[in-house]
Amino acid sequence: MKSKEATKTTYRLPIGPIHPALKEPVMFEFEIDGERIVDADVYLGQVHRAIEWTGMRRNPIQILYLAERICGICSISHPIAFARAVENAMDIEVPARADYIRVIQGELERICSHVLWAGVAAHEIGFDSVLFLTWQMREKALDLTEYLTGNRITKAIITIGGVRRDVTKDQLPKIYETLNYFKDNFEKLRHMFLDDKTFKMRSQGVGVLTKKDALELCAVGPTTRASGVKKDVRVDQAYCAYGDLDFDYITPDVLTGEVNGDVYDRIIVRLLEVKQSIDLIEQCIDKMPSGELVSEPKIPKLLATIKKTKGEGFGRYEAPRGECVHYVKFTGESDHPYTWKVRASTYNNILPWIPMLKGEQIADIPLVAASTDPCMSCTNRVAIVDSGKRYEMNKEELHRLSVEKTRRLMA
Amino acid sequence: MAKGKRLTPEEIVKSFKDEFKTGIKGATIKRRTTGVKKIEFADIWMKIDKSIFKDLVKYLTKLQKYPHLAVVSGNDLGKTIELIYHFSVYYGVPQGEISLNISVELPKSNLTIETICDIIPGALITEREKQEMLGVKIKDIPDGRRLFLSDDFPEGVYPWRKDETGPQKLARNLHEVKK
Repeated sequence: MKSKEATKTTYRLPIGPIHPALKEPVMFEFEIDGERIVDADVYLGQVHRAIEWTGMRRNPIQILYLAERICGICSISHPIAFARAVENAMDIEVPARADYIRVIQGELERICSHVLWAGVAAHEIGFDSVLFLTWQMREKALDLTEYLTGNRITKAIITIGGVRRDVTKDQLPKIYETLNYFKDNFEKLRHMFLDDKTFKMRSQGVGVLTKKDALELCAVGPTTRASGVKKDVRVDQAYCAYGDLDFDYITPDVLTGEVNGDVYDRIIVRLLEVKQSIDLIEQCIDKMPSGELVSEPKIPKLLATIKKTKGEGFGRYEAPRGECVHYVKFTGESDHPYTWKVRASTYNNILPWIPMLKGEQIADIPLVAASTDPCMSCTNRVAIVDSGKRYEMNKEELHRLSVEKTRRLMA
Repeated sequence: MAKGKRLTPEEIVKSFKDEFKTGIKGATIKRRTTGVKKIEFADIWMKIDKSIFKDLVKYLTKLQKYPHLAVVSGNDLGKTIELIYHFSVYYGVPQGEISLNISVELPKSNLTIETICDIIPGALITEREKQEMLGVKIKDIPDGRRLFLSDDFPEGVYPWRKDETGPQKLARNLHEVKK
């Protein structure tokens, strides 16, 4: 970054579309006064790939695999939300065993996602040894996913009216082994993130989202729960097998007795949710009934029914980042949906970025932006526009600024 | 979290009908069960007239101070454009949430609807998306810029429309090129 003459006026700092902290493209424009962020704006659409339009030319079975590819991390969330929308439109009853298997797979995905996020957050503040430790843990979760579904990322396990693969008795030892590994390491993870001085310094009081803002801006998932809003589709609404399981909303006051809505609180919520997910998987294995896996195994028959279906359905699912919703409408003329609307969790967590970032420093951008665990894809350049002159600042540069801030605080 | 009296789906529909009379054109409650315990969840689908739309959203805040707006979805129905506002109320209580899907039809001759950003500021993103995707005009929207479409995307083309303003012309059917 080239040096800038000191002026009293604010200047604008665009970040993205290829983004420093995020894995996917999005563009921010900040109004900066010295090091402080005065205002923030977000530009979206760099990865708008007309997936809904493509989907309206396919049948629901084909869409499942398209939905799975919307996001590499939520590759269970989108198919479940879509399948639920279709099931609601067609009044399909999902067999109870399939509901339990959906929960097991979904919670495993949540563990993967939250642990991955914890590593990214550590990396953003320059704590790379923690990144490798957490991702080592995530590897175990991915190994289990591969063992259960045959794939690590796109699992292809959900189908309309059920699931495609069972969780059998002889798979249980491996599941328990992995869960025990997580339990043994959870304390280590908790200690690293919640007691460490460096983490506290960088995350406490940073990127605050007040409860009022979270409610007004319709924030979802751990982002809203960290601000003290009790909102979790899994608890709010009975779906899949969650109604049978014993668990509750996780807000930061469970651990600390208070809610600040800062980055630290978001770390607490995600960490506790990892523990909750382990518990939910165990409950599922204990309570899982025997029975069918799918309500209609013959796909041509299912598609013929869809062809005659007239109606609309709405499916909600609590993805690792929050509520994910799909809407479908069938007109009874074709097996392609007339309308398919996808709304991923980050869509609702865009607006809350603005109050979170206002008043923070440039070096906090990567951490604060990453703290909502946004799901969009990654890029490498930041440009600083200063009265018509353009300077470029690459990801490494911005990352270096963030790391330097940590060092400065520690000195 | 709402501390007051919590209404059942039937009572919600009834209270809306009492309040807005003929403004409510139709309402259905879909109940489904799930899991071993067969716990129920309810979806309310309501068709309403455009004239009562804003008042109805205001009325929703009486059920819960901050109704959650999941998203607004839209259908091109030929002569009209249907917008469906997917709300939910009573979250924060285990198994207490009720989905409210409110559908408003706008004739293609007059595609305007009022903004609800003053009641639910979080609606901004989805309202901006509806403007560019369906060609609906949101009256008094605080920020009317495009959201997902790039600035060089042609004017007057709306990706979700199924009529002549749809995106068909922009699609390249690669399988046909080689013929």
